[in-house]
Order: sequence, then structure tokens, then C-alpha cells
Amino acid sequence: MSSLFKENDLWGPLDPSAEAGYGEDRPKRKGFFTDTSICIGCKACEVACKEWNDVPADHFDMLGSSYDNSHSLNANQWRHVAFIEQPSSRGRATVDLGMPDVGPPGSGDGAGAYGAAASEDPDASPMDFRWLMSSDVCKHCTHAGCLDVCPTGALIRTEFGTVVVQDDVCNGCGYCVPACPYGVIERRKEPEGAKNVGIAQKCTLCYDRLDAGKVPACAQACPTQSIQFGDVEELRERANQRVERLHEAGVMDARLYGNDPDDGVGGTGAFFLLLDEPEVYGFPPDPVVPTRDLPHMFRQASRAAVTLAVGAAVVFLGRRR
Amino acid sequence: MSTGGGDTAVGRDGPEGVRSQTTAVPGVPAHGGRRRGRGERTMVPDADFVSYYGRPIVKPAPWEADIPAYLFAGGLAAGSSLLAAGADLTGRPVLRRSARLAALGGLSFSMAALVHDLGKPSRFLNMLRVAKLTSPMSVGTWILSAYGPPAGLAAAAEVVRMLPPEARRGPLRLARYVDRPAGLLAALLAPPVASYTAVLLSDTSTPSWHEAYRELPFVFVGSAAAAASGLGLVTAPLAENGPARRLAVAGAVLELTMEHRMEQSMGITAEPLHQGRPGRLMRAAKVLTAAGAAGALLAGRSRLVAAASGAALLAGSWCTRFGIFEAGQESARDPKYTVVPQRRRLEEEGPVRYSG
Ligand code: SF4
Ligand code: SF4
Ligand code: SF4
Repeated sequence: MSSLFKENDLWGPLDPSAEAGYGEDRPKRKGFFTDTSICIGCKACEVACKEWNDVPADHFDMLGSSYDNSHSLNANQWRHVAFIEQPSSRGRATVDLGMPDVGPPGSGDGAGAYGAAASEDPDASPMDFRWLMSSDVCKHCTHAGCLDVCPTGALIRTEFGTVVVQDDVCNGCGYCVPACPYGVIERRKEPEGAKNVGIAQKCTLCYDRLDAGKVPACAQACPTQSIQFGDVEELRERANQRVERLHEAGVMDARLYGNDPDDGVGGTGAFFLLLDEPEVYGFPPDPVVPTRDLPHMFRQASRAAVTLAVGAAVVFLGRRR
Repeated sequence: MSTGGGDTAVGRDGPEGVRSQTTAVPGVPAHGGRRRGRGERTMVPDADFVSYYGRPIVKPAPWEADIPAYLFAGGLAAGSSLLAAGADLTGRPVLRRSARLAALGGLSFSMAALVHDLGKPSRFLNMLRVAKLTSPMSVGTWILSAYGPPAGLAAAAEVVRMLPPEARRGPLRLARYVDRPAGLLAALLAPPVASYTAVLLSDTSTPSWHEAYRELPFVFVGSAAAAASGLGLVTAPLAENGPARRLAVAGAVLELTMEHRMEQSMGITAEPLHQGRPGRLMRAAKVLTAAGAAGALLAGRSRLVAAASGAALLAGSWCTRFGIFEAGQESARDPKYTVVPQRRRLEEEGPVRYSG
């Protein structure tokens, strides 16, 4: 069964737009490197995305989860900023993030957000808890579960290597929703009268803006360059350097998430620098595209089908009654 | 907040509403996921895990009762087409008739459920624009589209047979030429109809569906056989119900043993199959299916026993489909079933990495 699929069709490193059939003159794969270590949680990206893409207002609630009042990525929320308030009981020394605090100003580094090394002495640190903020978005996976399972061809791979829903083709079957390992895509169910209700919705990586040679709205709006847009290859390089620098500065928690083309989804087009385990931010720790196992599933289903056919034949053999 | 005082710092950070969720404080390991109802047991000891305010990571499918009903009806139709073909070839006219009509009934119900889920019939046609091997829904749509016409024709031919001879005029006289070929073709295409739905569920990131992918097709074909033979037991006379009795026992045994194996291989993602509503459905499914199979062993002598066992088997299959469907939905709503298995795998085998 697996021979029905091409090499690395279902997982493994791959240039997704080449696989989708775009020729040699295709643009380089585009994506995001989101460096959460310099996110200040201003939500400019959330707002810019809603404005540019005309995404309807979502429920806006006091959720009791720090400054997070937009809840999650969903049909009406294509960027989502997560806020995590972490007590030091999380078991690691806190690091001066360069955030405003109540202590005396300039507690002594001047080297910017990650200049100071982790402090062993609690008195030397102005805070005993830390903020983590992270702007989440569709990962534009190399092997995108949503795109694999879409039965209508509504989800497509663009020439930029991104994953986009064609609103007029989607039939609202909703299969892409449980297929995504990150819980990104969703069928729009409200507000009534909004466009594309009943249709799967998610970040398009601002396909229209890329077409016009512009930067996506969210990246453009980000005041700290936490959201960096560019060629995925170059961004991966940049991300590696950034992690190295942070490690040298003693921020040993810094790690990349989604940058490895060998990972369970073939690497993501939008990847992240995190300061804690992925699940702290609401990411799956080690996601795998469900279709990786599809050849095996089809094999099992074929065996089961044969079992049923043989069984049904056998019960008619033998005794007349 | 000035002293990082061990675990008590957790409680001090959030407002009351947040704290009452067990996994409320992000970055702090919490015990368990959502609260459990009374009288529910866990197979695997509770695992500590971290999540973002206890919010789901993957999204549950936006599907409602239509879909498990579709799973049931599709299985019933497929099993019935097989029974009908066998009955046709071995001269069991009543079993043949009821099974062919059941196949058409199951198929129509399936299509109605699908169209209801999509909102309007034209949306079904969107799926016929493409054939896509990576999409079990696309593959399934094509399987159904191939199976539907012969199954429908066989049922139509059956209706023609029921007409008085003088009414079988004009084109209706052709019915006897398509009768058996249509029935056999439907039987040939029926097994994939029964088994592809397992792939439909498993090819998702819904933990309790995906982790079940090895055994689920066998559970589903067993359930299809049990349902179809259940209907056969209800409708066929004692003189013809032998094959239905044997298929009922075989289907039930296959379903129950594979379901057991499935639970053993699913690790922590088997938990939702034992808890809450899905747990009750699965327990009911087991009791009904086992009772139906036991009854089927004795159903050669009493019409009443046959009908009762048949009804139990049908109900059991219905409960299996709803139980598995709802367990998956629960597993998607609780981040525990996404985080814990991936964490365990990371600890035991390291990250998933492509090699060659
Ligand atoms: S993150 Fe989810 S929605 Fe985005 S491309 Fe990957 S599978 Fe699709
Ligand atoms: S909801 Fe739309 S985009 Fe999603 S799988 Fe169905 S047809 Fe494709
Ligand atoms: S790339 Fe465009 S669509 Fe995607 S999150 Fe940013 S602004 Fe929104």
C-alpha cells in the first residue's frame, strides 16, 4: 500500500511547493520565526490580523488566564497571544526579562532582555516569577494534516509553500479540524451573518499580501520583531544563531520548536523559539502528522475487509441450516 | 508573591475560578485533567502533565450524532449486502429480501446523515470533484459511490420480485437480469464500506481515534457483521437463519476480542472509553453484543429468541459506534491525552525523527 504514495509524500524532509508541482521559478518557501523571548504581549499582531483579513470579533472575555482574553487559535482568531505567569516553583531560576518591575530600576545589566545570566541568589532577582508570552499562529506544516485529509481540494499548498483554504471550494465537512496536530483550523460557526460561516478558516500567511510582495500584517505590526517573516531556510539559520546567543548568555531554557525538517510534520513553516516546554504554551510536545501512519491504516483496513468477506462466505458453507 | 514558596505559590497566583481547574496554572505540573464523575475507574494511574490553563490542544471534530449514526448504518448496509448475496446463492429468499432492503435502508440513512452534516446535498458533490488518496473521506466517498448503485439496484430488483407477475411489465422485466449480478457486485464492494470508516476516524490527531488505528477496522467490521446478522435474525424464519446465527457469533467475537486488544494497546488514550457517557456506551455495547451472540447460539429453535438476540446485536453495534465516537471527542477536549502520550514517547524513545 505504501508504494501508492511517493517518497516522503507523507512525512520526512521535503520542499512542499515543489512537491505540489510548482516549477523551478517558484518563490522560496515563506514562513515565520517567532522569537517568544522578545514578545511583549502587546497583541498588535492579533489586531492587525483581524483588521487586514476581516476576521470577525471573537468572544472577548475575562478568562481569568492572565492577560489572555482571546482564548485560543480558532476560526475567528488566526493569531493568538498566550500569557503565562510562572512561579519560580516551576523549578528553575528566574532570569531578568528586562520587564518593568517594582524593584529599583536598572538592577544592573543594561544588556537588554537576555543580558543577565540566571541568578542563583533570590535576592538579586527583582521577581520570583516570570512572564512567558508567545504569539501563536498556523504552523504551515511541511506535511499538513489538514491539507492531507481535505476531501474537496479546498485546502491547497501555495507557491510560497504555505497552506490556504479556498473558501469557495470548502464544503464544510470539518475533517481538517481534528486532523491538525496543533488544533489550529476550525469551521466558523459564528457570528451569524458573518462571511464564511460553516467554512474552515485559519491563517493564510496573508496570501494576498505575499502576492503583492508585502510582509504579512501581523509581522508588520509587531513592534519588537518577535514575529520575523522571511524565507524559511534563512529564518532557520537565524533561529539557530539566536538560540546559540541565548545559551551563551546563560538562558539554557531557550529551544526551537518546529524548525527541524526531520520532525513529525517535516518541519513547520512557522516555527518558534520557546523558553519552556512546548505544552506550557499550549503546543503539543512532539506532534506527528496523522497521515504518517496512513499506509499502515489502509493495510489494517484492507485486512479487516478481507476478514469480513471471508467470514461472510464461510458462514454459508456447510450445514444447510 | 515575593517568595517562591514551593507548591503553594501555585494557588496564590490566579483568581478562584482559575484555580478550581486542576490544570489551571500553566507551567505547573498538575494532577489529572478534567474532573471525573462518580463511579468511574481509571485503567492507567493519573499522570502529571503540564498544559496551558487546561485548554485543549487539538480540536475535536465539529461532528454530531450524524456521524456515529452514519458509521452504524454504513456497517449495517455493508454486512447486509454480504448476507443477501450469500442468501441469494444458497436459496434463502426471505433472508435475501430482508438483507437487500436493509442494505438500501442503511445506505439511504447514511447518505441522509452525511448530507445533514454537510448542510446541503450539493456539498456532497464537492467531494466528487477530486479523488485523493491521502484523504480517507475522499476514498470513502468513492467507495460509497461505487457501492451505492449496485446495492440500490439489488434492492430495486427485490421490490420487482415482490410485485405480482402481471405487474412486471416493460423495463421491469429486465430486473431479473440485473438481480444477481447487482447483488454480487454490492457484496464485493461492501467490505471496504464497513472498514474504511475506521481509517476515517483514525487518520486524525484525535488521540483515542488515532491510537486505535491498528485494531479499529476489525472492531468496525465485527460490529458491521453483528448488526447485519442481528437484522437477519429479526427478519428471517428459522429455516433460513443459520448463516445469520453463525455470522452473529463470529462478528461479535471478532468485535469483542479486537476491542479488548485495542484497549490494551492504546495506553492512556483508552481511558475515555471507560469514563462518563462513552464509558457507559461501551459497557452497554459489550453486554448487548455478548448477550446477542449467546442468544444467537440458541436462535435456531425459537423465533422469539432469534428476534431478541437480533435486537440486542443491533443495539450493541449502535452503542459501539457512539461509544468510540464520543470517547474520541472527549480525548480531544482534554489536553492530557495529547500531552501525556507524547511526553512518554519523548522520554522512552526520544523525539520522532525521520530517518531515511
Ligand atoms: S498547523 Fe494545522 S492548520 Fe496549520 S498547516 Fe499545520 S495542520 Fe494545517
Ligand atoms: S472543512 Fe473544508 S477545508 Fe476542511 S477538510 Fe472539509 S472541505 Fe477541506
Ligand atoms: S500571516 Fe496574515 S493571516 Fe496569518 S496571522 Fe499573520 S496577519 Fe493573520
